[in-house]
Amino acid sequence: MLADKDRIFTNIYGLHDKSLKGAMARGHWDGTKGILEKGRDWIINEMKASGLRGRGGAGFPTGLKWSFMPKESDGRPHYLVINADESEPGTCKDRDILRHDPHTLIEGCVIAGFSMGAHATYIYVRGEYMREREALQAAIDECYDAGLLGKNSKLGYDMDIYVHHGAGAYICGEETALLESLEGKKGQPRLKPPFPANMGLYGAPTTVNNVESIAVAPTILRRGGAWFAGIGRPNNTGTKLFCVSGHVKTPCTVEEAMSIPFRELIERHCGGIRGGWDNLLAVIPGGSSVPLVPAAQIIDTPMDFDSLRDLKSGLGTAAVIVMDKSTDVIKAIARLSAFYKHESCGQCTPCREGTGWMWRVMERMVRGNAQKREIDMLFDVTKQIEGHTICALGDAAAWPIQGLIRHFRPEMEARIDQYTRNAVQSRNTVLEAAE
Amino acid sequence: MSVRRLADDQVQPAKFAFNRDFAAQAKVWVSKYPKGREQSAVIPLLMLAQEQDGWVTKTAIEHVADMLRMPYIRALEVATFYTQFQLKPIGTRAHIQVCGTTPCMLRGSEALMDVCRSKIHAEPQHLNEAGTLSWEEVECQGACVNAPMVMIFKDAYEDLTPERLAYIIDRFEAGRPQDIEPGPQIDRVFSAPAGGLTSLKEEPKPAAKTKAAAGAAAKSPAPTQAGKPKREGESETLGTSRPVTPTDQKDEANAQSKTGKAAASRSAGAKAPAAVSDPARPAARKPAAAETVASVAGPATPATAGLSDRSRPAGIDRPAAPDDLKLISGVGPKLEGTLNSLGIYTFKQVAGWKKAERDWVDGYLNFKGRIDRDDWVRQAKALAKGGPEEYFKVFGKKPR
Repeated sequence: MLADKDRIFTNIYGLHDKSLKGAMARGHWDGTKGILEKGRDWIINEMKASGLRGRGGAGFPTGLKWSFMPKESDGRPHYLVINADESEPGTCKDRDILRHDPHTLIEGCVIAGFSMGAHATYIYVRGEYMREREALQAAIDECYDAGLLGKNSKLGYDMDIYVHHGAGAYICGEETALLESLEGKKGQPRLKPPFPANMGLYGAPTTVNNVESIAVAPTILRRGGAWFAGIGRPNNTGTKLFCVSGHVKTPCTVEEAMSIPFRELIERHCGGIRGGWDNLLAVIPGGSSVPLVPAAQIIDTPMDFDSLRDLKSGLGTAAVIVMDKSTDVIKAIARLSAFYKHESCGQCTPCREGTGWMWRVMERMVRGNAQKREIDMLFDVTKQIEGHTICALGDAAAWPIQGLIRHFRPEMEARIDQYTRNAVQSRNTVLEAAE
Repeated sequence: MSVRRLADDQVQPAKFAFNRDFAAQAKVWVSKYPKGREQSAVIPLLMLAQEQDGWVTKTAIEHVADMLRMPYIRALEVATFYTQFQLKPIGTRAHIQVCGTTPCMLRGSEALMDVCRSKIHAEPQHLNEAGTLSWEEVECQGACVNAPMVMIFKDAYEDLTPERLAYIIDRFEAGRPQDIEPGPQIDRVFSAPAGGLTSLKEEPKPAAKTKAAAGAAAKSPAPTQAGKPKREGESETLGTSRPVTPTDQKDEANAQSKTGKAAASRSAGAKAPAAVSDPARPAARKPAAAETVASVAGPATPATAGLSDRSRPAGIDRPAAPDDLKLISGVGPKLEGTLNSLGIYTFKQVAGWKKAERDWVDGYLNFKGRIDRDDWVRQAKALAKGGPEEYFKVFGKKPR
């Protein structure tokens, strides 16, 4: 288990002083200038050595991403954009960073911005996080007052941080949609290439990073990439904020070592499964976009990118949604289909039409009002949506349904049988009554 | 995708302008973006317009478009694309946004929506008869570990039960949202597990005060334990609604623990080591946490200093018929429990609070002056004197 001294977010529950002074007392903003003086290459190499993979869901190596930015400016400014549009169902880790430990993020912005030559950072906070935005802005103002941000900063590198916000569109968590939204347009993803590192915000080189990826960077650089790489398994290193929701006794957000077995995570922090381990039905291990995993497979699985990928699921944002046997699993997935139908941006036809179609069929599946061959058809349609859209929302809408069909097909068929039997019986009743 | 249209022309106002306060804020937003990129501010500006009027009107969209020198259609696109913009009038006192996505659904958000249907309107996005309330189902609000939850304007109310939501709606309808503390509605610190921390138990660099408070709470388990059996015995009695008879074994135990409690509270009165320990709560950790939170909030620090035990109001044993403290406007079931745990059971006690005592309780509850604002003392005086009738005479309305 992760020791408290190895936890990066020491104030994630807001129990301690949130101010700059308090953050400094906990060791943040310590020797930031020294880190910057070691130079851009040292920072990027250290980030690569730490093995940090992006915490926004895709798991792309952060150090590598930073290195994609042009080394020299061609006259265009460079931008760092922080993706705090945390909307993946199940995920609420960035919220706690923003409201309780904002200085980890602000310090990370300075360091990351320095390593890519950006003098301006935009933090895109989702519209619903109004109190969180206020807390973040207050922390930024404090840093300006203390001379850590702005022109002629004490750190020897000028950085301006601006807080921007969205207005309730899940799609703006996709990096190019986020940039569109930041430019004041509808959040519809852009075609790639050109990648944001060449043509991003306002046509300038831009890197978009998740809040957690940036917020862990200063501590990694202070303690060394090797320290971070020493936690977890190879290729799945470091600490991670897990958000465990659903049918556990005490749902919570907690920072744990990567690759912690599922059972240990739940036992240690969440008081166990409601009704005991035998009562566990299935788990969505990484936010709504990843396929669910049935109980038997997940119980002793290490929670990391690779082992969950082997189960045909994924770590995503490490938002663990636990479902016990009282759950109507078809309905739970149908609700996700409704979510994706609601959040599709409408740009690509397979997704715009497909999410609605899948949702309508799923609603019938919940009641059982369907033919069994429609399960195959549904699976087939998900395959046609997956990979045929500009962004990954189409995939994200398809995967939960694929997971459901893969693991719970007997339940779906039983539901159809049940409905058919009832239908036949009720027809008989009507006939009898009529006679 | 969701299809959203502007409201009918009949309800659209003829004009829109930011008031002075919002105009200043709008200026700050526009200044955040590079020259020529003012369009970036369209979402924040529309949000300000919504904050000012309650919903986004057609004239507001056009006004914002003019401000940012963008074509109307671009601003209209934005207003209809982003679902947080309310395109129709919403309840003036509260618009309840119930999160219905799977993590909340698993923990009972459907029951919350039933509450909204019965208390507000059968359909989402409709005003109730008085026009004060409305509700809608929204997609994930990002508080999944605190499910189920609702969002009302800027605040999230988490870890809800249908009863609690009904109470919250009532408070908003009564125009008294300040009666409810946003955040988790159960005994829990933000997203930490209920029932006590499982990580971060060590202080990173403890402030002296916090450490002392934690120490005091840890060192005084006696009242905590004494309080518990008593409460159980009490509820047993209430449940069967029998008078207390000394022959009853349970009540004997009850009486014993009562004396234990009395001794404990006497010692608390004398030495007051247990100032912040709270028998009604499962762990002694929370008070320490509350203390810390209070000391963290900058302006509240003086209040924390006032938390010395000398000004703690004297508690009493639970009387046979405690007063219904909930009659005091501003006290809910949760607060009543907290007050009881401090030994506050009657209106008379509350009525007798001096300034220092009020401040102590205010600081203990991290209330930021609400006791004085709501004038608990005057309310309690009236209630102590003549019950609800007297309250009606003094305040011109029924209690609660």
